[in-house]
Amino acid sequence: MIVLEGINKSFRVAKRQAGFGQAVKALVAREYQTIQALQDVSFTINDGEMVGYIGPNGAGKSTTIKIMCGVLTPDGGKCEINGRTPWRERINHVREIGVVFGQRTQLWWDVPVCDSFELIKDIYGVDDRQYARNLEELTTLLDLTEILKTPARSLSLGQRMRCELAASLLHSPKILFLDEPTIGLDAVSKIAVREFIKKLNAERGTTVILTTHDMQDIEALTERIILIGKGKILLDGSLQELKRRSSDRKTVILEYLGNTPSLRDGMYIQEQGPGRLVVHVEPGVCSVSEAIAHLSAQVEVLDISVLGISAEEMVAGLYREYKI
Amino acid sequence: MRKYLAIFRIRFANSLQYRTAALAGVATQFAWGFMEILAFLAFWRVNPRAFPMEFSQTVSYIWLQQAFLALFMMWFFEGEIFDAITRGGIAYELARPFDLYWRWFTQSAANRLAKTVLRCSPILLVAFLVPQPLKMSLPTSGLSFLLFLVSSFLSLGVVVAFSMLVYISTFYTLSPTGVRIISAVLADFLAGAIVPLPFFPEPFRTVAEALPFAAMQNMPLRIYSGNIGGVDALWGLGFQVFWLVTLIIIGRFTMGQALNKVVIQGG
Repeated sequence: MIVLEGINKSFRVAKRQAGFGQAVKALVAREYQTIQALQDVSFTINDGEMVGYIGPNGAGKSTTIKIMCGVLTPDGGKCEINGRTPWRERINHVREIGVVFGQRTQLWWDVPVCDSFELIKDIYGVDDRQYARNLEELTTLLDLTEILKTPARSLSLGQRMRCELAASLLHSPKILFLDEPTIGLDAVSKIAVREFIKKLNAERGTTVILTTHDMQDIEALTERIILIGKGKILLDGSLQELKRRSSDRKTVILEYLGNTPSLRDGMYIQEQGPGRLVVHVEPGVCSVSEAIAHLSAQVEVLDISVLGISAEEMVAGLYREYKI
Repeated sequence: MRKYLAIFRIRFANSLQYRTAALAGVATQFAWGFMEILAFLAFWRVNPRAFPMEFSQTVSYIWLQQAFLALFMMWFFEGEIFDAITRGGIAYELARPFDLYWRWFTQSAANRLAKTVLRCSPILLVAFLVPQPLKMSLPTSGLSFLLFLVSSFLSLGVVVAFSMLVYISTFYTLSPTGVRIISAVLADFLAGAIVPLPFFPEPFRTVAEALPFAAMQNMPLRIYSGNIGGVDALWGLGFQVFWLVTLIIIGRFTMGQALNKVVIQGG
């Protein structure tokens, strides 16, 4: 179980205006700006949960992850993970967690991937049988057979990310932190990584905390999302709930033969082309079935589809709403 | 312990790969060793009585120094460690269950040992084959050879413990260049890497011999050549242990301080 209560963290950053004169001035009197990276961050995550931690760039996502991993020490507040405070009992704490920092690599650059894995086995003191079992399972699930003997430097980004995932799971951690695990991956690799994370959560019951900018990740993986902006937790709830809360507007996309149909109250045109119409429907005023009936009475319908709000739109809406 | 051994092994194996670099290194050390010995020979011919060491001792000192250069040189650092600090890779290091100080210590020591293993034998072989007075002499006794071995290990420890301070300073300066250059020039000079410490004029010599740098190559090389022997050699080992422990304590303390307010660079 992960409990964070009132975590604060600030950084001091040297600032100066552009230009040579300013650079000289900064030699003598340097101006610092304190940036409040986290402000009173609190949440609880239960064992086996899969949580999406989202927010715009610079919101404090990575800082929170690093505090939970014992890498950073916060200025104040309480954080307890499986009964331990990460930065006080770092070594015992990190034995039970796995981390993937999507923008960095944990693989030894010049040696084959399997050598890096062996090293990780020794670092965590994984016994031979458990290691063999984990390696086999991960190799199958992540399709690593072909690339285990390749040096990390010759792997593609997608291949490397699959290896990174495997590397952080060789010691069977109870909690897995993923900091942008799908950054820069192509569609196929993204889906492979998502499928794997899902399976891991379902079969091993691993708690997964995921930060990402890819809303499809969130939609595919997490039930619960926590929204952070400017260092503060803004929202904490299920994805469905949030979608409903932000808007229950539906979009109807219609392809038809005939004249442009007229609209009734509660329907708004968003896009119009020859034989194609995209209409927003406000369910309070006009239900989706009424809208469809209204449209099909006027024209010959070739194709019709109804969409809810996408996670992407919802999050963009939330960012606007909270001005972050 | 096993995890540090694993680090040692992978670093050692990794460094053994670079055969061409080792070959080039050996060639350089030969050239350097010959030139240095010839320069000392010229001084010695002018006035042998002004020489603070016997000439054969000086020759052994220089050959050993060239053979074990990778073990003792102070201008050599692990680029990986600087990168981890300045570019933020340290995030992964801290998410692993080991003590960062010993992890880096092990890595540095392994790299130096691997480089030395590759380079020392051809240099030593030739040093024993060349004619007098350039020929390296055997150790004066089995005991002094044993003391030399022990002293070499302590020396490696002191060298790495000192380098650790340079790495740790990077947490504060964010650019290793300055501290690195100063430490390379100053430490190498004071360790007797350019001129052996007995050649230093008094009272400068007395001061230099009390500094931690004197616990580096100065000790094993002079013990081997017989310049320091008997009880003095034992005192020398004690002196090395003292500085090793002191530097480790300082390093661990400052590292603890630095990690408390570490900032992960680059997001």
